[in-house]
Formats: sequence, C-alpha cells, structure tokens
Amino acid sequence: MSDGAAQLLDSLDALACGLFLLTSFGIVATRQARGCLQLFIAQSLLLAASAALLGLRFHAAHLYGVALVNLVTKPIIVPWLLRKTSPAGIYTRREVEQVLNIPVTLTISLALAIFAYFVGIPLARAAGPQFVGPNVPIGVAGLLLGALTLTVRREALPLLVGLLAMENGAFLAGISIARDLGMLVELAIATDGLVIVFIMGVLVRAVQQHVGTTAVGELASLRESGGQSGDAEVTT
Amino acid sequence: MIVVVILLVPVVAALLVLVPLGRRWMSGVTVVASIANLVLTGALALDVVAGRLPRELHDGGWSRWIAIDGLSALILVLIALVATTAAIYSVGYMEHGHLAVRKLRLYYANYNLFVFSMLAIPSVAEPTLAWIVVELTTLCSALLVSFENTREALEAAWKYVVLSLMGAGIALLGFLTLFASMQAAGGGTYTWAGLVEVAPRMPPLLLQTSFLLILIGLGTKVGLVPMHTWLPDAHSQAPSPVCALLSGVETTSILYVVLRMLPIIEAVPGAHAATWMLVLGLLSVGFSAFLLLQVHDYKRLFAFSTVEHMGIILTAVGLGASAAGYGAMQQVVNHSVTKSFCFFAAGAALLAVRTRDIASVRGLIRRSPVAGSALIFGGLAITGAPPLAVFMSEFAIIRAGLAQGKYVATGLLAVFIVIAFFGIMIHLNRMVFGADDDGPGNERHEPETAKFSLPASCNVALVLAAVPVLVLGVYVPEPLHRLIAMAAATLTR
Repeated sequence: MSDGAAQLLDSLDALACGLFLLTSFGIVATRQARGCLQLFIAQSLLLAASAALLGLRFHAAHLYGVALVNLVTKPIIVPWLLRKTSPAGIYTRREVEQVLNIPVTLTISLALAIFAYFVGIPLARAAGPQFVGPNVPIGVAGLLLGALTLTVRREALPLLVGLLAMENGAFLAGISIARDLGMLVELAIATDGLVIVFIMGVLVRAVQQHVGTTAVGELASLRESGGQSGDAEVTT
Repeated sequence: MIVVVILLVPVVAALLVLVPLGRRWMSGVTVVASIANLVLTGALALDVVAGRLPRELHDGGWSRWIAIDGLSALILVLIALVATTAAIYSVGYMEHGHLAVRKLRLYYANYNLFVFSMLAIPSVAEPTLAWIVVELTTLCSALLVSFENTREALEAAWKYVVLSLMGAGIALLGFLTLFASMQAAGGGTYTWAGLVEVAPRMPPLLLQTSFLLILIGLGTKVGLVPMHTWLPDAHSQAPSPVCALLSGVETTSILYVVLRMLPIIEAVPGAHAATWMLVLGLLSVGFSAFLLLQVHDYKRLFAFSTVEHMGIILTAVGLGASAAGYGAMQQVVNHSVTKSFCFFAAGAALLAVRTRDIASVRGLIRRSPVAGSALIFGGLAITGAPPLAVFMSEFAIIRAGLAQGKYVATGLLAVFIVIAFFGIMIHLNRMVFGADDDGPGNERHEPETAKFSLPASCNVALVLAAVPVLVLGVYVPEPLHRLIAMAAATLTR
C-alpha cells in the first residue's frame, strides 16, 4: 500500500472515530428515547466503518467480518428485537428529569473524554508502534461515557443503549489493538449483544406490566434502612 | 469427550423440559440430569487428581477451546453438586407455589440453561470465551431473579442485569487488552495456559491495565465492595433454590476467572496484584460485616454473607502464601456447600411463615422445627462455628496469614469474621427461639401455632446439603484434599 493511501485511510479512520465520540456525547445528553437509539445506530455504523478501514489499512481480513457483523446486528436486528420484546411506549418516552441536568452531565462527559485520552494513549503505545491512532483513547472514552449514561438515566431504552454503547466503546479500542481475535469469538460476542437486548426487552415489558412504568431507574424499594423489602410476600 | 458431555447434559435437559409431559416430567428431567452431571464431573475430577486427563485435552483441536485442570475440575464439581441439591429442593419448593405449567416450564428451562452457562466458565480455555459465558450466566439467570414478577423482584433483576453487564463491558476491554498484550509479547495461543507461558514477555503496563479492568469488571459480578450493590437484592429476591445457585456457585465461578489472572499477572514484578486483592477483599468483609447488623430480611442476611465470603476468599488469596491458597480453595468449597444449605433453610422458613421480614418472625422452631433448626444450623455453619466446614477453612486462612507475619490484615479479617458471626446469629436466634410477643412485628403477623411440614423433597435436599457441611468440618477426603491442593497450586506461577 502506498504511503498516500495509508495516510488517507488513517485520516478516514480518525474521522470515523471523531464522529463516534460525538455520538457518545449525544447518547449521554439526548432526552428523547428514540433519538438515543438512532444515535446508537449511527455509532454502530461508525464502528463498522472504522473496522473496515482498519481492515483495509492493515490487510486484516477478519476485521471486515467485524464490520459486517456490526452492520447486520446493530442497525437491523437490535431495533427489530426491541419491537418484538418490549412495550412500544419506550420509544416515545422523553426524560424530563435526569439525575443531573444536561450541562452538568456534558461537563462530566468532557472530563471523562480528556481522562480517556490520557489513559488510552500510553496503552496504545505500550501495545506497539503500529497501534497509535485515535481508536484506543476514543474507545475508552466511549466505554466511560456509556457508563455515565447508565448512571444518569432512568428510562429503560437509554439505559439499554448505554450498555450497548459501552460494548461499542470496548470494541472500537479492541479492533485496533486486538486485531486477530478470531471470527468465532467475534460472532459469539455479537450474539451475546443480541441476547442482552432480548432479555432486557423482556424485563422492561414485565416491569411495565407489573409496576406500570418504563422508568426502571426509579425503582428503589430495596434498601437496608427502609425495611420495606421484608414485607413482600412471595411465591405462595 | 467427557467435558463436552457435561456441557451438553443441561442443554439437552433444557430442551427436554420443553416437551409437554406434565409437571413431574420437568422436575424429573432436571433432577436426573443434575445427578448425571454430578457423577460425570466427579469422575472427571477423580481423573484429574489421578493425572489421567483425556487425551483430547492435551493435543488436537480441543485444547484450543477446552481445558481442565485442578482448579476448573474443583469448580465444576461444586457447580454440579449445588445444581443437584437445588434441583431436588426445587421439586417441592416450586410445587408449593401452585404455578401455571407454562411458568414452571420457564423456570426449569432457565434453570438448566443457567447451570450450563456456569459449567461452561471453568471448561473453556479461551479468556474471551470465558467472558462470553460469564455474560451468559447473567442473561440466563436474569429471568430467574425476576421470576416472581413482584415489584421488588423486577427491580432486583434490572439492577442485576445492568450492573453485571456494565462490569462486563469494563471486563471486555480488559480481555481485549490482555489479547493485545499477548500479541505485543510476540503471540502464542490465546488460552489461560498459553497466557501463563508468554506472560513474562508482555508489556507490564498493558498487563496491569487488563488485570485491573478484569478485576473491577468481573468483581462487580462477584459482588466485591463497592460494586456489590445489586447482589443482596438479586440474591434475596430470586426463588430460594436459585438463590442457592447464585450465591453458592455463580459467584465462585466468576471469581474463578479472576483467579485465573493471578499466575499471569504475577509474571510482572511489582504488579501488586496481591495487594489489590487484599484491599478489595478486606473492604468487602468489613463492609458486609457491619451491614449485616442492620438487615431486615433474612434472605438478604445470607446474601450479604456471600459478599463477606467472597471477601474472605480474596483476602486469603491476597495473603499470598501457598498455605493461604489452600485455605482459599477450601473456603471456596465450604462456602458453596454451606451457603446453598443456608438458602435452602431460608426457603424452608419462607414457606413456613410466608414473610421475609426478620422482625415479624418469632418462635420459628415451634411453627416448623425443621426450618427452625436448619436455619440455626445454617447460620452457625456459615459464620464459621466449629466444628463445621467453614470454621476449618477460615482457621486455615488465619493461621497462614499469621505465619506470613501479616498481622494487621489477618487481625482485621478475624475481627470482621467475629462481627459477622454476631450480626447473623443475633437475627437468626431471635427468629428461631424468640418468644412470640417479642418484637414489633407481633401485631402485624398473627402467631401461627399450627405445625407446618415441609415438602418431602425439601427435607431430602436439606439433609443432602447438610452432609458435606458436617463432614468437611472434621474430615477432608483424600481425593478432595489433593484436588484442593492442585487448585491452590494453579494460583501461583
């Protein structure tokens, strides 16, 4: 591969990663549940793009597989599974009250992204000279921002998206440093993501049926001090 | 290929459960499959002890995916054992709920799948596959935790899934980093054994990072403080036989993956892996010992005790000597058998009094002598009263710690264990022997004088589960002793 082509691929990968980071910020801050899901789909497409570009750049055929798996499962199967399992209400929900307001959340996100940069760069460097690129720090940032989404959100769908976004982040870092992981493992991980969506969808449906809300984050009756949980009748 | 058969048995059982042949069929299939698996894993463990591993495990395509050594054989036997007693216990316990057949089928199918996912953890050789089956344990057990569909059960299941998967996300990055550090060391086979081999050549920074990510990520699922918040909820809201599985063996089988990292990380000088484990372990023991005092729900009591015991095991590993390693492995065994018994006893009490509130249960021994005495026996056993099983291992750990000269850590551990003893026994003692007019719960809960008798299968399971608790306190059979020693040996390089 000529230097020019390699450089072009590198810059395109950097572009994909940069946009990936933007979608991570979007997932943390978007109030609309449906918007969150759309951002997640965009994020997965960018992950697929980055995998394909890296595959082209380093002649790693199995990264094309990763790209393909991401293209099929996340934009197509995940929304389909959600429609099948969970109540339709989760899409139209809009979170008025988050745990933290959006400017504060975004400030924390920014701090996390900077932190991820300082953690990710030495990591990538330790893995070898050919790994220095934006993938590792942005992947770590994606992971942390996904975790932040899980802590500040209350609605079911954004929480689920947060979980999947964490996995996306881990992958974005992974495809650059662990290129030859093996197709079987990749497929297994992708299937696993689908099982996550399925189980959580079923759980949300059950919560809506029995408790009457999809703001699962607001369920908080199990604690030590209240002594409420002990009164619950069970099985019989 | 015995390991493949062991893994297939619960899957086949899960499929057979779906055949509509009535209630007895579902429980029968599950019990028979569990007993078959107990025999198979026992035979496998005996082979491992005798050094007769199936040839396929040494060479050929299998060794890339499946590997069995002392540590994994030990965990396999424990899972099969608890799965058997819990299956027998389920027969009567679930019948008691008068559930619809469809619901019961969901229970048994999920039960077998959950057992499969746990058995797969110690069997697989590749770390990322281990990560995937750890995820599977969460997903297979989630619907068991939410089984009763009460508000509390659903909340517990949701918390369980979200926090476990969040931990898993962190661990995934850890495993990918682990792979990268192996590539940086010049490659090799990406299996636990292969990693131990190339570990000295790995870049220390990458290896340490991956260790910490895995410790924190999977530590969430083991229930280490401060990532434990979901555990008391999930381990108390599930049906009692499932609690026995969750607390007794699921935690241990996840801890197995963390322990697998030990010989790898020890290749790096100054990695302080032992210190991390010691700190997290002591934090878990101390935190849960104090929380035990203010619990209102007796199933939560045992759930917190699981956090404590995971802490004890981690502390023992952190103490570092080979003697402490033996103690840690012995503790793994004793915790599994004892904690499953405790949840059977708690389930029996729940059937008898139909409330989980400690304050509204008084004089249980008069209402149900079996449940009452089982609860007291379980409480004494899990808190380490001599001459029961847990006492032996805790004593071994403390002795090894003192021999190492780690007086502060060992002293703290001993103090926390004593506090936990009082925390659990104060509550249980009041529940079982307390007078009916004692306590504020009296006006809420009418004293029921009629004797309550447990379903036969629950009694059988209680007796079966009590046998190892009693026996292991005074005598460790020779093959088990050697298996524990082999497992302890795999913790160090």
